[in-house]
Parts: sequence; structure tokens; C-alpha cells
Amino acid sequence: MKRITIDPITRLEGHGKIDIFLDDQGNVENAYFQIPELRGFEQFCIGRPVEEMPRITTRLCGVCPGAHHMASAKAVDNVYKADPTPAAKKLRELFYNAHFVHSHIAHFYALGAPDFIVGPEADPAKRNILGVIEKVGLEAGTEVIKHRAYAQKIQEILGGKATHPVCALPGGMSKALKKEERDEMEKWIISTIEFAKFTLKAFEDIVLKNQEYVDLILSDVYKLKTYYIGMVDENNRPNFYHGQIRIVDPDGKEFAKFDQQDYLDHVREHVESWTYLKFPFLKKVGWKGLVDGKESGVVRAAPLARLNVSEGMATPLADAEYKKMFQTLGGKPVHHTLAMHWARIIELMYSAERQLELIRDPEITSPDIRTIPTETPSEGVGILEAPRGTLIHHYKTDSNGILTDVNLIVATVFNNAAMCLDIKSAAQKLIKDGHVTQGILNKVEMAFRAYDPCFACSTNTLPGEMPLIVKLHNADGSLANEWRRD
Amino acid sequence: MFEPKMICFYCKWCTYTGADLAGTSRMKYLPNGVVLKSMCSSRIDPQHILEAFKKGADGVLIGGCHYGDCHYVTGNQLTHNRVAMLQKILPDFGIDPHRLRIEWISAAEGAKLVKVINTFTEDLRAMGPRRSK
Amino acid sequence: MAKLKLGMYWAATCGGCDVSVLDTHERLLKIVEAADIYFWPIAMDFKYKDVEAMEDGFLDVCLFNGAIRNSENEHLAKLLRKKSKVMVAYGACAAFGGIPALANFTTREKILEKAYKTTVSTDNPQGVYPQPSTKMPEGEITIPEFYNHVYKLSDIVPVEYTIPGCPPPADLLMTAVEAIVTGKLPPAGSTIAGEKTLCDECPLEKSEKPVINDIKRPFQVIPDGKKCLLEQGLICMGPATRSGCGAACIKVNMPCRGCFGPAKDIKDQGAKMLSALASIVKFDDEQKADQIINSMVDATGTLYRFGGANAILSPRRTEGEKP
Ligand code: SF4
Ligand code: SF4
Ligand code: SF4
Ligand code: FES
Repeated sequence: MKRITIDPITRLEGHGKIDIFLDDQGNVENAYFQIPELRGFEQFCIGRPVEEMPRITTRLCGVCPGAHHMASAKAVDNVYKADPTPAAKKLRELFYNAHFVHSHIAHFYALGAPDFIVGPEADPAKRNILGVIEKVGLEAGTEVIKHRAYAQKIQEILGGKATHPVCALPGGMSKALKKEERDEMEKWIISTIEFAKFTLKAFEDIVLKNQEYVDLILSDVYKLKTYYIGMVDENNRPNFYHGQIRIVDPDGKEFAKFDQQDYLDHVREHVESWTYLKFPFLKKVGWKGLVDGKESGVVRAAPLARLNVSEGMATPLADAEYKKMFQTLGGKPVHHTLAMHWARIIELMYSAERQLELIRDPEITSPDIRTIPTETPSEGVGILEAPRGTLIHHYKTDSNGILTDVNLIVATVFNNAAMCLDIKSAAQKLIKDGHVTQGILNKVEMAFRAYDPCFACSTNTLPGEMPLIVKLHNADGSLANEWRRD
Repeated sequence: MFEPKMICFYCKWCTYTGADLAGTSRMKYLPNGVVLKSMCSSRIDPQHILEAFKKGADGVLIGGCHYGDCHYVTGNQLTHNRVAMLQKILPDFGIDPHRLRIEWISAAEGAKLVKVINTFTEDLRAMGPRRSK
Repeated sequence: MAKLKLGMYWAATCGGCDVSVLDTHERLLKIVEAADIYFWPIAMDFKYKDVEAMEDGFLDVCLFNGAIRNSENEHLAKLLRKKSKVMVAYGACAAFGGIPALANFTTREKILEKAYKTTVSTDNPQGVYPQPSTKMPEGEITIPEFYNHVYKLSDIVPVEYTIPGCPPPADLLMTAVEAIVTGKLPPAGSTIAGEKTLCDECPLEKSEKPVINDIKRPFQVIPDGKKCLLEQGLICMGPATRSGCGAACIKVNMPCRGCFGPAKDIKDQGAKMLSALASIVKFDDEQKADQIINSMVDATGTLYRFGGANAILSPRRTEGEKP
């Protein structure tokens, strides 16, 4: 048997690895996607005061610190049974949607778009954000930077710092929004809505009007029939900060809908010895191994999953795009992994629109932003939607609020099984008779890039795309050939 | 038998003078302490205490004036607070907090000094060598 | 002048330090103008092999972020040291261990047990742990092993400069880039940030001889927005922490947790803070003082929030003794 080791040695230096095994005919027998690191927050947070968790868990990930900050905030509210004031909740949601804007812009333009806007077969030296700027023009590039900067500034004003914010406390927020800050933000947000329109238009012109790309999105290579998970409001429309968790089955039918504190009735995690990343699965279906389909408990999260579990978007422009996407891709649920990119920019539009609603809410500048907890702390769960999917923080404390147990299920982990499956499927369908090319490698890579995987969160590995080195070994272990995606 | 090494920080005005008295009175006591003189117990930075442990001290003794008698009025009170806090964190660095001791010994209390050194040495002997050095 | 050759690397990191480079926003283009980037895993396609192929001292400057947690982090630190004229510890993790170094107060075994066995949602009846090597039907596959201890960069290789912060603010990065480009770098060994303590740049009012009668936790008080937080009973690391962040947390009414590391001439940030705290806790009554001090929760985790790899004593509970 031959083996291919894809060792992503640069942009994910040693932090992720793929082993592909070929049979004697050179066809793929199996593929393993491995995550080699772990940091241990669940253990080293024990003994810390629980109210510090929003400030500690941000360091799980510098790309989505806002998500950890807010999930942690919701959990500590519950630990202290302190309901934040209405103004505090609105400030948190405003902050959080700004966080989505930053994250989705960064992923779409810096990580995802190079494959589409520059092209999957393009010169890899150009296949990065600078190449994207070259293609869309410096002016557009400046707009990208500007709007990401707006989103970062909104977070900084509310949170103290954009990366690793510090504003959330049990029962509320640490700082009220000043009138002048509000006025400034409103301008930025209006501009961001225009920018979201521009992004959707660019996607339409460059991707949807190119049959080759549409075929790629709809191809069987990137298709998995799985369950989907996401948070929805009372009308089953995505909300990133509050709501219930909804799961739909591979046919799009509601499978479960529950409140955050009941997650243990629905989600469990499986362990394999060959990776540090666990595999969440649906408890009621069970872990059936790395397979997709209705019989398998594998469930997917992130933008496409959120759109699949919902019935429309809560804001008008995003809702129109939502309808268009499902029409174009043949109805709900969409199982095509690459459609994630489209879903992501629809969410970008939603976040921009939702920010505008919130900033125009008269209560947003209210000074009444803190509820001082009075109850004895005990246990609390905080769940929300991180840019990369459903995020769960669960804390238990002693009566003094000192942590005795911590459980974290991070968004990217939800997609671990799906990423393994997509990679295997891509490898199986693309590698035939031992034949591997550069293009094939990038296409294998695209399978997981769509998820915007963020291994910083889940372990200690990092977000970003993975340039690859593939080594094909003979059965005796000697090197038969080597490809580099340079 | 295990012979512990102790670093003893004495303030110049009380404890050091007390040690002097013990010396001139020819009192006998165990020789495990290395004495360092400072103007006031509050002159001893917690960083010095941590350094002493890092360099391998089995115990650190701080001697100062009784409450109310500090030459600098509140110096020894600050020292008390510092030691209390250090004792809170030492276990997280693998050190039994009993290895850090604070005693108020006046210039007239040579005998008390002898007793403190002897008991501390005995206690440290009983604790055995530090496991984290 | 020839363009500067720059490298950036992340070891055991959260990625926030790399994001901080993006947070220079439009000034990023200035950096790209002044410097050619030869290695930057988050954004560019240069590889490990390319680094190996470089002549020694090829890179003018390497900005290294993240702590050292496993053999691979160590290997890269050594390799990049060889290839760089100037090595910079970028961010709290590389400089002091950062949040990941809180793991130094527990053990590798406990971490594994918690992550793979005792977390409430984990379903692992067979007690499977990730293994360095696993035999699959198709063959053996491997993953790296970890150290039991988290190190800062300067524990592993000599470091010329430190840029602190978690992450370093964009302005500080620009100051450093400016200094590098114009050749106006401070003497080796310097930290590129403020010289004084955070209190020095903090806008809140301080009184001459403050005394506190109790220690409060941040959720228990609404700060008045005027007076020093420490004087309001909140533990704020300002007195021991280096200035340079513009009092970012304090501006949103949250006490400092010390991500800028020790101020100039301070070796152990936690010990220094402990000293400062000791001098304002009501001290004229021994018993009352003890009461206040005992009410402080998680002293070590607070005083060494970012400095678990930078303390005078090695924080290793494993080999240590319990009273
Ligand atoms: S210093 Fe802070 S921002 Fe930088 S890698 Fe460490 S945790 Fe992340
Ligand atoms: S202790 Fe904190 S709040 Fe007080 S002056 Fe210093 S930095 Fe400011
Ligand atoms: S206030 Fe303290 S914790 Fe906050 S950014 Fe500044 S140094 Fe870091
Ligand atoms: S002078 Fe003796 S303790 Fe201050």
C-alpha cells in the first residue's frame, strides 16, 4: 500500500496534517485529517474566578476573540443568574455583529476569495490577499481594509480592544455607549451595508457568472449529506447572539430545537487516538464513525449550516440574498460545502443590517448597563454562533464563583468530522491510479478552507489556508514522488 | 541528618540588634541561617524572597520590629502584608508556605531570636529538602 | 536603501498577534513598502524549506509570536534565530508565556485527562487518548508530543527586543517598524513600549496615600469612572505593568491584567504587584489586614495572568510540595 502525507508546512506549520493511503492500484483507500495540538484551557482555567473567563477564553483564538468573549459572558450571566439589562444585551449584540463583519470580511477576502477571485489554478504567489487586491483594484482593496477597520473600531470602542475585548461582565457591560460614539458608528455601519452589497455583487460577477466555478460548487467532490446546527430566533431566522439551537436532518426537517442549557441532551464528543481534535456528534443518532448520511451523528455548523437550519433572514437585504441562494442551488438544505462562501457573505449583509437596527435603537446609549449579581453562583452554559459555527461554553463553580469544571465545544470542532470526510471524498474522487497534480492538491485544500477552519480555537493550531507538500511513498516507505504546491 | 539552609533578613534597628545581643551574650544556637541586614523589614522586596528560594534556600526568615516600634513607623506592617500574600502564592510554585516565616524580635530579645532560629531549623529539618529547586 | 527582509512566525499562539499586523489597516501597505516579507505563515506562501535554505542571518528581523509548548515550536525558534540578525519576542506569549503559560500551574496529565475523559460532553468509555503514533489498518500515523512546561522565547534562544501586549497595539508595531527602517533601534535588550508603569499613563485620579478596606471582584462594583480602580478595591495590575497600551482596559472601566508585562527594572511582575497591593491594604491592624488578604481569590492566577513563564520561581505544582 502506498501512502501520501500532506504536511502543510507553511501557513499551518506543523499544525495540521493529512495522511492519504492508496491501494495497490493507486486509488484512495482512506484519508486522515489530523490536528496535532492541544492547549488545555478546560484544565488550567479550573481554580480561576469565573468572572475572569470572558477575559481569559478570548485567548483561545485571536481571530474570533469576540465570539469567546460573548459566549463566556452568556455563561457567566447564567452562573450568577444575573440577567443583563436590555441596553447591555443590545450593546453586546452590536459588538458581536461588528465582530462578524470583521471576521467574515477577513475570511472572504484574505482566505476564501483568493481561490475564486484570483482562481484555483492561479500562480500561488498571487493567490493571497495582495493578489485579490490586484484583481479587484486598489480602490476596492482600500474599501476592504476600511470596512474591516470600521468593524474593528466598533469593537474597540465597546470592548476596549478589538482583539481580546474586556467589556463583558456577569450581568452586563463595563462601559455605556456615548452619543458621539453612536453617531460616528452609524456612519460606519451605513457604509458597511454598501460594502456588503459590493461584496455580493462581486461574488455574483466573478463566481456565479462563471460556469466553471458554479460547476465546482455543485460538484459531487464537495458534497456531504449531514445534519446541520445553528442558533435561531423565535421565527427560525439566524441570530448570532440569542435564541434557541435548532438542528435539521439531511432532508432539512427539524430534528431538534432546544435551549442552551440543554445541550448535553443533544451533543456528545468522540475521541480518536490519531488526532487531538475531538468529534462532536448528535447524541440521539450516535457516533457511527466517519460517514455522512441520516444514520450518522455527524453534524455541521458555520454559515451554510445556519442558513440551512433557518427559514429566512431577519433583515430585508440579507433575506433577499438568502432566497436567491437557495433558488440557485436547488433548495434547502444545500449540502455543497463550497456554498459556505456564499452563505458567509449573506451573513455579512445580515450583520451590517442588524448593526444598523441596533445603533438606531434609542436605548443603545442608555447608561443602565449593569445588573449586579446577588445570587450564589453555581453553573451556567453560554451558547452562541461564532463566525465558524455553534460555540459552547459551560462552567461550574463553587459557591464563591471559583471554577471547578469547564467544558468548551468550539465552533470549528463541530466541523472536524465533516472536514475529514470532505478531504477523504475530495481525495478519493480526484486521485486516480496514483496520479496527483498541483491542481488536485489545491482542490483537496479547498475542501477544508471553505469551513474557514480555525484550529487556534480548538487546539493551538491556526486559521488560514494550508499550502501543501505531498509525499507519495512506495509500499516499502521509500519516497516515490513529491509535489509542492508552491 | 538533613541540614537546611536559611536566609534571614533582619532589620537594622530591632532584629539585627537583637542578634547582636545574642552574640555578645554568647548564646548558642543552630548555625543554619545566613543573615542579611537591611534598614527596615519593608526594604526587603518580595522579589528578594523569591530569589532566595530560587537560589535554593530551604527557608526564609524575616525579622523586624514589633508593631508600633518600626523605626519607619509602618514599615513592618507593610512587610506583614507582603508576607501574608507571598504565603498565599508560594504553594503554586511548589513551596510550602511554612518555609517563609516572619517574626517580630526587638533589640532586647536575643533569647527570642535564638528560640526562633532553633525552632525554624527544626521545622525545616522535619519538612526535609525542598522538592522543587 | 535596500528593502528590509522580514520574517514573522507563530508558535503556540492564538493568532491574535498576527491579526494585530492586519490591524495596522491602511498602514499595512507602508510596511509592505519598506519591507519584503520572506516568511509569514498566516498570509504568505513561503515555506519551512525556504527558511532552511536561507543563509544564516538572511532575515534582518524576525517577529516571533507565541509561546514555546512543543518540540516543533522550539525547533522553529532555533532555526529562525539562526536565520535572523534580530529576533523580536512579539506579544505577551513570546515575551512572558502569556495565557497559555497558565498551564504551568497544572500538569500535562491533568490537561489530557480533562480534555479527553472528564469533560461533561466527552463520550469516551474506552478511555482513548491521542497518541504520538497510532496504527491504523492502512498504516501508522503520527502526531507530535508536548512539553509539560510552557516557555517564553528567551528561555530557548537569545532575543534582542521585546514588543509586549496581548496583542501588541498597532501603534506600537508601527513605532517598531519605523525604528527598524530608520535604523534607530534602541540598544539590544530593550522593550519597545513605555518606560514607566501603566499607572503613569492611566487617566484616572490617584490619591497620595490610598488605603483599601476590602478587595472587590469586578462584577461586584460599578466603578465611578474617575477614581483609580485599585483605590476602589479592584485589583488592577497597573503599578507593576509597563505602560504603552494607552490604558486600553481602564478606558472601558476594567482593571488591568498585566498583558504588557513588568515595567522597566522589574523582574517579577507578580511579586511587584503583590508589593504594591500590600502597601494599600489597610495595614495598621494585623487581623483586619489578614482578613482582606485572605479574601483575595486566585492570587497566583491574577498576579501571573500573563507571566507564567516569566516568574522568578518556576511555577510547577507537579514537582512541588503541598502544605
Ligand atoms: S500574545 Fe495574546 S494575541 Fe499574541 S498570540 Fe499570545 S494570546 Fe494571542
Ligand atoms: S492602579 Fe490601575 S486604575 Fe489605578 S492608576 Fe494604576 S492603572 Fe490606573
Ligand atoms: S490595561 Fe493592562 S491588560 Fe489591558 S491592554 Fe493595557 S496592559 Fe494589557
Ligand atoms: S525598622 Fe525594624 S521593621 Fe522597620
